Amino acid sequence: MMEHLPVLVVIIPLIGAYTSLVGGWVDRRYAFPIAFINILTQFTAALLLTVRVMQEGVVRYNLGDWLPPWGIEYVVDRLNIYVLLILLFLSLLCCAYSKRSIGMEIEERKHTGFYTIFLLLVAGVTGITVTGDIFNLYVFLEISSLAAYTLVSSGRGGKGLVAGFNYLVMGSVSACFILLGIGHLYMLTGTLNMADLARVLPPLYTSTTLHTAFVFFIVGLSIKTALFPLHLWLPDAYTHAPSTVSALLSTVVSKMGVYATIRILFSVFTVEFVVGYFPVMEFLSWLAAIAIIAGSLLAIAQRDLKRMLAYSSVGQMGYILLGVGMVNQLAMTGGILHMLNHAVMKGCLFMVAGAFIFRTGFRRIDDLKGMGKRMPWTSAALVIGALSMIGIPPTVGFMSKWYLALGAIEAGQWVFLAVILASSLLSAVYFWRLLEYVYFREGEGGVEGGTGDVPLPMLIPMLVLAAACLLFGIFVSIPLSLIDPVAESLLGGV
Amino acid sequence: MIEDLFPLLLTRYNYYMAVIIMMIGLYAMIAKSNLVKKIIGLNIFQTAIFLFYISIADVRGGTAPILIEGSNALYVNPVPHVLILTAIVVSVSTTAVALSLVIRIHREYRTVEEEDLMRMEGGSG
Amino acid sequence: MEPLESPVPFIAILVPFCAAALILLSYRRRRLIEAYSLLASILTFALVLILLPRVMEGSEVTWSVLKLLPGANLGLHVDAFGLIFALTSSSLWIVSSLYSIGYMNAHDGHNLARFYAAFAIAIASALAVAMAANLFTLFIFYEILTISTYPLVVHEGTEEAMRAGRKYLAYLLTAGVFLLLSLLFTQHLAGGNEFTSGGILAGHATDFIVRILFLTFLIGFAKAAWMPLHSWLPTAMVAPTPVSALLHAVAVVKAGAFGMMRVICYIFGLELASAAGLNMALILIASVTILVSSFFALAQDNLKRRLAYSTIGQLSYILLGVALLTPQGIAGALLHIPFHAYMKITLFFTAGCILVSTGLENISEMKGIGRRMPLTMGAFTLGAIGVCGFPPLCGFFSKLLLAEGSVEAGAIPVLLVLLSSSVLNAAYFFPIIRTAFLDDPAEELRGRKEAPVLVLIPSLATALLSLLMGLYPAFPFLELATMAVRALAGGP
Repeated sequence: MMEHLPVLVVIIPLIGAYTSLVGGWVDRRYAFPIAFINILTQFTAALLLTVRVMQEGVVRYNLGDWLPPWGIEYVVDRLNIYVLLILLFLSLLCCAYSKRSIGMEIEERKHTGFYTIFLLLVAGVTGITVTGDIFNLYVFLEISSLAAYTLVSSGRGGKGLVAGFNYLVMGSVSACFILLGIGHLYMLTGTLNMADLARVLPPLYTSTTLHTAFVFFIVGLSIKTALFPLHLWLPDAYTHAPSTVSALLSTVVSKMGVYATIRILFSVFTVEFVVGYFPVMEFLSWLAAIAIIAGSLLAIAQRDLKRMLAYSSVGQMGYILLGVGMVNQLAMTGGILHMLNHAVMKGCLFMVAGAFIFRTGFRRIDDLKGMGKRMPWTSAALVIGALSMIGIPPTVGFMSKWYLALGAIEAGQWVFLAVILASSLLSAVYFWRLLEYVYFREGEGGVEGGTGDVPLPMLIPMLVLAAACLLFGIFVSIPLSLIDPVAESLLGGV
Repeated sequence: MIEDLFPLLLTRYNYYMAVIIMMIGLYAMIAKSNLVKKIIGLNIFQTAIFLFYISIADVRGGTAPILIEGSNALYVNPVPHVLILTAIVVSVSTTAVALSLVIRIHREYRTVEEEDLMRMEGGSG
Repeated sequence: MEPLESPVPFIAILVPFCAAALILLSYRRRRLIEAYSLLASILTFALVLILLPRVMEGSEVTWSVLKLLPGANLGLHVDAFGLIFALTSSSLWIVSSLYSIGYMNAHDGHNLARFYAAFAIAIASALAVAMAANLFTLFIFYEILTISTYPLVVHEGTEEAMRAGRKYLAYLLTAGVFLLLSLLFTQHLAGGNEFTSGGILAGHATDFIVRILFLTFLIGFAKAAWMPLHSWLPTAMVAPTPVSALLHAVAVVKAGAFGMMRVICYIFGLELASAAGLNMALILIASVTILVSSFFALAQDNLKRRLAYSTIGQLSYILLGVALLTPQGIAGALLHIPFHAYMKITLFFTAGCILVSTGLENISEMKGIGRRMPLTMGAFTLGAIGVCGFPPLCGFFSKLLLAEGSVEAGAIPVLLVLLSSSVLNAAYFFPIIRTAFLDDPAEELRGRKEAPVLVLIPSLATALLSLLMGLYPAFPFLELATMAVRALAGGP
């Protein structure tokens, strides 16, 4: 069993998708427990895999015993397993959260389908993280994206449909670009295995075809990660999707794009190429810096809570890419750490937004007056999430800010340093306005929708994430111990 | 320069054709207001990429990659074909999802024109 | 002596945090909340007091909490320097807990759980700032202090309070960013941020960089309310009186001044500070603040706002003292932390007493109030005399040391600033006392009596304490200050 773990983590949700479909067909109530147990099993498998990675360094698995570079190889190193754990942890919590939250947002006859597609999405993102084959990565990217389009438009009302359609068009164009990039790479080298590509590419670093391929990758991945100004699909999709799905998109789906970017930039093309031969990192960092500022400013302008969180996500993606783009160890560690941090805090905040909608139906920030008293636990989670987004120590948000800022100093990038520090003030502006409404303004009494917190299945995941914001902040050495060597190995000793 | 261009155009015409078809698709996706036409544009775009893959797999004078005992015929590269089979599956599923979305949008708004949709969404807040 | 490893400082900080959690969980039961708050304050003070004999023996107490990030540890280190501030805040927490109970009862307080919990967290953070072993720890709790005091500032929930809260955050969060920037640069330049006697920056940076860094630190410690970064403090006076008294006269603002002292003495080091000419800049800023704030105070009719401007001036005494870079000056600055705290809290307490029993906030309406509330105004008079720096109150001693320090440094203009400031302080305090005792009471005050016992007793207690410390200044603060200065000079 142990030697098949890399492929098991992908197969479990695939099997789960069909079992939950069949189970849900027998009785609609079976779909959720099957999905939940499935992700739980998968998470356990990922934990076992972590143990192996910690012991062996890199775990390799040849699919169907075809030797690489001909067969598809699954490679799990510290970066993969770190991302995998984040994704599965968040999927697990989102799944638990969805049990009650989709009740109002999605028609009941669609619940079975929801969990089937949910599991397909999980299978897709898992596949992206474990695969060592670039075409395989494309396929999984499309599996998860297709699932994501469907989930975005699974809610009631038409806005989700239009948002889903626009997301689909943008996402498919991005996938086409990535496919073109892969085609060029294959044309040039005749191999699709990432490690093999990294080995044979260096003599070709000056080739125009390679540069073309690289540009296709960058554009395609930028759309997937919603890097400003290619973020246009994101706000609508996050806003109009059911709350669980918003949480899932902002944590799981966005992280997979970032992961794919890091993999392709540093493991296929190497740091030598992206710095020396095709100096794109400087450009990416500037885009990321603009994304941080623009995302925050646009977030300030929003009145709808979920849309505000969506724009804030645009800025936060910028944080991660800025850390990656500065190409030094400290900043890179900060960026990779921020993948976890952003997942934890944004997941928490979207769940809070969902809880407000669940209980009161309110989406606008102005309507949330006095929620601090009516939904104390939910609001407490909101406070912790918001403080973490602002980067108040000792929450997780501060820890990545620390690394990123130190990295910027080390690189001598004063503008980026200013951006990193200023953005925490900007996020203070929009989160504080929210907290002001929730806690310090009295609500008009007797609002319809009742009082009291949301049911436990929604509350617990939210509180777990809020606690994680604090615990991963105080015990940040735990994630750091996993990713500490990652930055160094990605940068190849530069 | 000019005399270089001619053989270039002649030998690499498969690339240019792919790019031209791609641009037609992209144009449809951006310029057409009808959602179904957008999907058709997307399909054209994807097809261009398939053609591109197939053309790079071609080996002049090559034949289908079927191993026959004793024959040392020249084969075309089979790997892109396989890849494209997968990509076609992806493309078909994308189209399916997109069309089903369009059907639901039509049910909801009674239109598949993007301009109308934007007007309606703007009106309802 | 070897530093002693002991978790006592850590527990002392943990107690208020736990109390805050308990208070929030029992938010429906008012008496229980009050009991928790009072118990926690007593327990915390007792724990800090345990540390006192150790430190007096010349030993230092350390406790490494955890390694947070590489090169940035969360650690506590109690020396005479920090213990002065820790003792001040924790001892005053007891009286102000009592006072809060009385004040909130009289005012029909709302959201009490939030109030007491935020109060406890603020005190815990102030304690942690006092006992921080490194700049990183100091920074973390400095930020928590900002956040935890916000709910207190906007406690009333009025539009005015919300506006004040926004201003408060705008100033202090921006300051926090600058402090983070300074911390990051210190880390980058010196490769660490532990507080070390003699500084860690010497030899790691050019004079120019040191000056820039000093500026960012100074902006970072805007909690010290130096001019022109002071205007958040008078605005924050919209908070309930116990908050203004303990937090905006002691814990928050002194965290700023104390932080600046720590940084100058333990990060820059006195030698580097004087070599780069940092002291001159600080002397200039502090002197201007001292003088200008007094004029601002003269113009205020609202009693709490006048006190706030007085606080701004008095805080700059601390900055001035450390800027002199002489043993006497630093000792004076250190002494001014507790002494000013006791006197100013008395003044705020009495202002609150007046508010509770008469509802008056403006000085012009307080005609003859001393005849109706003799005890309250007696306490106020004691505090006022002390702040002006007249014997036999404790304020005299800190100012005496500061004056000696300025003579020692050969800075005669500073001496002039100190003297003229005392005159100005008298100029804005004595009219209040005159109005209160000599003018005929207004009609509205007929029948008004002393404030409720629970708010009166703390006011009297702090007034008496400031008198006692004036009569017996040696124990413990003067002794601690002397020890701290000796440790800085590298002696035993």
